[in-house]
Amino acid sequence: MDRFVAIRLTVNGEPVEARVDARLHLVDFLREQLDLTGSHVGCEHGVCGACTIRVNGEIVRGCLMLAAQCDGAEVWTIEGLTETGEIAALQEAFVARNALQCGFCTPGMLVAAAELLRREPRPSRERIRDWLGGNYCRCTGYHAIVDAVEQAAAALHGAPAE
Amino acid sequence: MTGSPLSEIDRPNSYIGRSVPRPNARRLVAGRGAYVDDLRLPRMAHVAFLRSPHAHARILAIHAEEARRAPGVIRVVTGRELAAHCTPWVGVLHHLKGLKSAPQHAMAVDRACWQGEPVCAVVARSRAEAEDAAALIRVDWEELPAVTDMETALDPATPVIHPDLGDNLAFRREHVGGDPDAAFADPEAVVVEATFHTGRHTGVCLEGRSILADWNPAEERLTVYQSTQAPHMMQTVFARHLGLREGQVRVVCKDVGGSYGIKVHVYPDEVATAALSKMLGRPVKFVADRIEGMVSDIHARDHRLRARAAVRRDGTLLAMEVDDLTGIGPYSVYPRTSAVEGNQVVNLCGGPYVLKGYRAKTTVVFQNKTPTCQYRAVGHPIATAVTEGLVDLAAEAIGMDPAEIRRRNLIPDDAYPCTSLSGMRFEALSHHKCLARLLEMMDYERLRAEQAELRKHGIHRGIGLACFIELTNPSPFMYGIGGARISAMDGATVRLDPDGSLAVASGVTEQGQGTEAILAQIAATAVGVPVERVRVVTGDTEVTPYGGGTWASRGAGIGGEAMLQAGLALKEGILAVAGAMLQARPETLDIRGGVVVDRASGAERLPLEELGRVVYFRGDTLPRDLPRELVATRHWTPKEYPFCFTNGAQASYLEVDVETGFVRLLGHWCVEDCGTVINPMLVEEQIRGGVVQGIGGALFEHCVYSPEGQLLSGSLADYLVPMSGEMPDIHVGHVETPTRESALGAKGAGEAGTAGAPAAVQNAINDALRPFGARVLAQPFTPARILAALGRI
Repeated sequence: MDRFVAIRLTVNGEPVEARVDARLHLVDFLREQLDLTGSHVGCEHGVCGACTIRVNGEIVRGCLMLAAQCDGAEVWTIEGLTETGEIAALQEAFVARNALQCGFCTPGMLVAAAELLRREPRPSRERIRDWLGGNYCRCTGYHAIVDAVEQAAAALHGAPAE
Repeated sequence: MTGSPLSEIDRPNSYIGRSVPRPNARRLVAGRGAYVDDLRLPRMAHVAFLRSPHAHARILAIHAEEARRAPGVIRVVTGRELAAHCTPWVGVLHHLKGLKSAPQHAMAVDRACWQGEPVCAVVARSRAEAEDAAALIRVDWEELPAVTDMETALDPATPVIHPDLGDNLAFRREHVGGDPDAAFADPEAVVVEATFHTGRHTGVCLEGRSILADWNPAEERLTVYQSTQAPHMMQTVFARHLGLREGQVRVVCKDVGGSYGIKVHVYPDEVATAALSKMLGRPVKFVADRIEGMVSDIHARDHRLRARAAVRRDGTLLAMEVDDLTGIGPYSVYPRTSAVEGNQVVNLCGGPYVLKGYRAKTTVVFQNKTPTCQYRAVGHPIATAVTEGLVDLAAEAIGMDPAEIRRRNLIPDDAYPCTSLSGMRFEALSHHKCLARLLEMMDYERLRAEQAELRKHGIHRGIGLACFIELTNPSPFMYGIGGARISAMDGATVRLDPDGSLAVASGVTEQGQGTEAILAQIAATAVGVPVERVRVVTGDTEVTPYGGGTWASRGAGIGGEAMLQAGLALKEGILAVAGAMLQARPETLDIRGGVVVDRASGAERLPLEELGRVVYFRGDTLPRDLPRELVATRHWTPKEYPFCFTNGAQASYLEVDVETGFVRLLGHWCVEDCGTVINPMLVEEQIRGGVVQGIGGALFEHCVYSPEGQLLSGSLADYLVPMSGEMPDIHVGHVETPTRESALGAKGAGEAGTAGAPAAVQNAINDALRPFGARVLAQPFTPARILAALGRI
């Protein structure tokens, strides 16, 4: 069996063709071959969420998916989501609330939070904590992240219903 | 600098005390950080390390022929080969009397002393190829008995890890203050005693330790891009052990993905990476992956403490005694040493209270486990868990409310300056103000009533309090006097550019705390420009003033004061020029919002960009002998006190499920005094992050070893870290007692959260368990331990 696999996909809206090592993780492909270094590698075993990206409309862990599985896929990373402005409200809120310190978890946290707000416009604090329960942040204590997601939800959809 | 301490920071348009966002946050939310693993250099190679699978074993032979032939491999280097290029080190400090350790190499030469110690390096075109080849290396090992139990490390029957040292004792210190024997013999004394354990845990920075070393043989210069807290210290270390002059080494520290003390130490694999770059004459990158980070990042807090306290029935605390035992792995970590944590326990126990007697001893022993060293709030969470645990036991013994016994015994707010029985000098603390504020914020009485009501319904909630002291802004007494080249001084440079903006540089570093934000706020305030017009450079030994970096909560207090003084000096220089241009006396002028104004009326006289234009491009129009220095550098180091102590109080409210042993955190409060608060939003997140790290140690995090010295919790599936779902909202309050040692008045804030949280959680759990006569004092307080205490398993 050939060790290398040819894939065609779109990444952040741009068409990409590549021959990838069959064992190459998606996040390593994005970082090493496409220089999309905004997605971070924190644990490489699916616990920390630093490599959270969007594949075919679903959020996935870039370390638990192989690049070879992405033939025909549509992949969005923090770089593309920033350029389209799709997550601008969340990014504004994260900056305003200081919902990040070292920033290493932040791209994954934002991609995960964006998915929550896409599904549920006005999540409660408890729901936000629960949803982000797979994204490790060692710096903030999470409180400001919850604040920021709440603030972004309010900016996008108005104040939460009582 | 003239006038009262606050005059220069309490001026019009001051940014001190304002929650301005961090200038670097926008880049990080866009995924445009520059962490070491994001950097690529031409001809860059990658190193993977073969690590010892044994806790203690002799290396008989290394068979690397197959690895050398593997695809992509550039070089395979054994420990013995590397030792010819890199000298070993010994992690001792002279002022920690009697501390001993053995020479440690960047890679094991004859013998590996912990599971995870690097043994052989493979440099290849890619990390994957390096790892593939490392898997092909065969080592002939002779397993040696492993010393893993610190309780028996000093027994005559236990093998000595380093025979040249004579025994497994690294350090011992006993301190006696006042008259503990008389206090314990007091006829009215009730004596409580207990044994506490803090679990060995580690920092788990989300970004693994990372280094990209680039030796340029043509220039004979080593440039090291490193995820570190102390670039200048590392410059010294690389120079010293690679046979270079310090001037040949440049350490650049871009974005750091979390550090918390983990990234302030010298790691064998990182020094080896620099040596490999020098050997190969090309850039070599090493990034620790999670599994290797778990066995090679420093661990911390592996302590057993027997402790007792004497209290009178009226609630007067009389004395405390602590006997601490800690295991530090096979080497004392270089250059800060692994004796500091135990030493801090001796220094800090009992610290918030008025006592008549104090005795504390620490015994620091070697073992065949990952080396331990300073991790966030070094020693504080241990000392606070013991001290506050004893205070709660004393309160229980005499039937007094935990808040009341603290009120009766905390050092009075008007008693300063004073010295603790452990010899710590306190300039000014605010225990009573902090406790009062804490009780008010949490509505203590209401929670007590709620707790009592819910008890009737079989719901077991607990309230835990913890008062603490916090060591910040360390002077040379921390490391310098012990012989380590670790700067306690930091410099700051402020430069006015022609467009009226400021370029500033500092020796302290940014790892996400917001160092660059507060430096910009301070520079903007000192000079009088909008904060948006300040650009900050940190983390580059070539372009910043010399300094110690960011650790022990020194960034704001030391780096910030240097920046304030540099900014004020630049302002004086600007006003001298402005005075000449405006034909006014400089003292009648001020700078506000980037414009030179009339000090009395505030009337705008001259924008800084106009001043910049004239000075830089039309100097011919200025008086010939007018000084025109638009750059100022100042340095600062604490001189009056060895450490700037500060303080705070925390509370935890939680519920224990007595059927499952699970703990649900309902709320957490922290009131801390970091002196002048420069940016409340940043301080609050520092506190919250620290609290959660403390909670992690209290409830989840544990480096569990087998009796053979194998780490059993080496992945994040086995080693649990706090995630958002289990954490409560954390409410933060501030009390401000500025230090008079500096004009800025800032004390540190980085340790406070971690210092007090485990004690608060411990006391809350035990408060919940009290009706059952059950108690847990061994961290982490897992469901299994709680159920065992309840006698259910």
